[in-house]
Amino acid sequence: MAERLLEVNDLNVRFATEDGTVRAVDGISFGLERGKVLGIVGESGSGKSVTAMTLMGLTRGVNARFEGEVLYKGKDLLQVSDTEMQNYRGNELGMIFQDPMTSLNPVYRIGEQIVEAIRAHENVDKRTARARTIELLRQVGIPNPEVRADDFPHQFSGGMRQRAMIAMALSCNPSILISDEPTTALDVTIQAQIVELISRLKDDFNSAVIFITHDLGVIAEIADEIIVMYAGRVVERGSKRDVFYDPQMPYTWGLLGSIPRLDRPRPERLHTIEGMPPSLINPPQGCKFRPRCPHAFEKCKEEPPLENRVGTPGHLDRCWLDVEFKRGHRDETISGGSVAAA
Amino acid sequence: MTALDQASESGETPLLEVRHVKKYFPIRQGVFQREVARVHAVDDVSFTVREGETLGLVGESGCGKSTLGRTIVRLLEPTDGEIIFQGTNISHFKTRRMRPLRREMQMVFQDPYASLNPRKRVGTIVSDPMKIHNLGSRSEQKRRVGEILETVGLSPEHYNRFPHEFSGGQRQRIGIARSLALRPKLIIADEPVSALDVSIQSQMLNLLDDLQNELHLTYVFIAHDLGVVRHVSDRIAVMYLGKIVELSPADELYTRPIMPYTEALLSAVPIPDPDLAEKRERIVLEGDVPSPITPPTGCRFHPRCRYATDVCKQLEPPLADYGNGHLAACHHPLNVDEATLQRVEVAQQHTPAAADESALPQDTSGRSNPAVAPTPDTHSG
Repeated sequence: MAERLLEVNDLNVRFATEDGTVRAVDGISFGLERGKVLGIVGESGSGKSVTAMTLMGLTRGVNARFEGEVLYKGKDLLQVSDTEMQNYRGNELGMIFQDPMTSLNPVYRIGEQIVEAIRAHENVDKRTARARTIELLRQVGIPNPEVRADDFPHQFSGGMRQRAMIAMALSCNPSILISDEPTTALDVTIQAQIVELISRLKDDFNSAVIFITHDLGVIAEIADEIIVMYAGRVVERGSKRDVFYDPQMPYTWGLLGSIPRLDRPRPERLHTIEGMPPSLINPPQGCKFRPRCPHAFEKCKEEPPLENRVGTPGHLDRCWLDVEFKRGHRDETISGGSVAAA
Repeated sequence: MTALDQASESGETPLLEVRHVKKYFPIRQGVFQREVARVHAVDDVSFTVREGETLGLVGESGCGKSTLGRTIVRLLEPTDGEIIFQGTNISHFKTRRMRPLRREMQMVFQDPYASLNPRKRVGTIVSDPMKIHNLGSRSEQKRRVGEILETVGLSPEHYNRFPHEFSGGQRQRIGIARSLALRPKLIIADEPVSALDVSIQSQMLNLLDDLQNELHLTYVFIAHDLGVVRHVSDRIAVMYLGKIVELSPADELYTRPIMPYTEALLSAVPIPDPDLAEKRERIVLEGDVPSPITPPTGCRFHPRCRYATDVCKQLEPPLADYGNGHLAACHHPLNVDEATLQRVEVAQQHTPAAADESALPQDTSGRSNPAVAPTPDTHSG
């Protein structure tokens, strides 16, 4: 069994705001092993970015309240001091952000920014740090890195900036790479390059990856295990095959059915999930997805626990519906009947 | 008779005709603001849009699809070429002459946060176009706003609210409501769903579909998401560095791409099915899109193309007709049988060996493109 790097137990993140307490992350648990990719999917506001930023210690603030544990190699990151956290950040956990345009400093050269990141964590001289920077840029596929290291961010294209961000995140050889929507701002052709790069680097650097996205297509390519989040909670969790081929949560069906897919005949109409995601200040009683769920019934007013109902080990969901009923009914949502017709 | 003429002749008079449109942006430098270079944002693009159809425009960022959209509604003036809307050449109309035409063509923008004035109420946002065009009395306008808000799935009670009170999806509905206020014929939608979550995105695509059926709208749908474009479009034009490289009926583009760029673009789209994703051959394009300031010679795609040969570096391939309204510009077309290939080659030999053979008969001036000349009717059979 591979080394278990990260263990998140019943993590809660709440923010006090003028309007009330926002329960951004509401009791989520997962584990991560070396060499694996964990995909987190969900819509905006489902708490996936807050989860990632909490792992990095970036949500600490006067209005934030945390509960639960984030165990990194056995040490609870929620308990360490801010200064201690700085040693974990970068050294042990690296992060790539969504927008490569705003996460690089426009007035410093790319190389300088990576050198600075290296020297912040390791006691090396400038020349060594620079040599490593150039090597990193080469590894992430920047052509002519000796010269391009002296470019400013605006001289890089979107894809190259994201590559530079990845180089910076990897500069101190972290064990876990957290990528928060790393390809969302990029074109499909560049997205394909970056996805390939991340999965190659994961093997080269022998690290684990948390890959956050709203794009189920990208997840299907890169993830080993998948977490589906809704309104701050995990609503389904399982291996990639479980989630794609035996999805148990009507929300997951809805997500799968909403995508106009190239691998299937064009449906007359796309499936839609009616309504909008609920407020995180006053979430609905019981199952959070109940107001939008076409299959909701009386029992859904009670909160379903996240547990194994299918029998496949490791496949958990939060849905009261009968497993066989779900297997019979989900296809009309996922493929809009087009498969039946074909 | 050229490829494009044939394509446009299958229907009646097209609603919109774009002929050899170019839009260059000058780059100026120095004290005298001398023009030192040009961004070739849209470079000789021709197509037609029939009434009631949806034409999808896809391409990577920087390929000129948004510039083309803005040029069509004349938010930008074309550097060269003609935009013919309902039989009138509007390419160089001044603001005042454009104004009555703005009732016929409207635009929906990408970012629902930036395209609504935060200080105006929804009612004002949607009724302003009617005020500008003096349509109806105050009370009629108000009633009409209520109707439109209902059509797009909002409620008339939203009249007095501000944009910040709405979610992204609802704001995009307001944007659509505003574009419908004048009962236009043509709507240019520039990435209308790319800022939205998938579940909201599918609501919006269904809404656009319903509106098209109810109000007989014609769409030019600009997007970078090939799945979304296939879902809404009847025909699709693929753009690369300012040029249309392939134009085809929607389903055919996906089953039988001719241009290697289209093939690569399709193979890069992630498929939400792990087994298929694993089996599928993936063409990863190396590098980025070249600069539109100094586009590559010959075929603009050749530096990234895996089939490229010497001819691609030297000669720009013409947009040729492969039958069934499927046009592509490539020296090494894919998925084409021998007979079609021969027919296309014969057709090309009769036209001047030129950068672009898609000249229209009435365009004999050849102002900026010496290659443009009347072409003989070669493939009527």
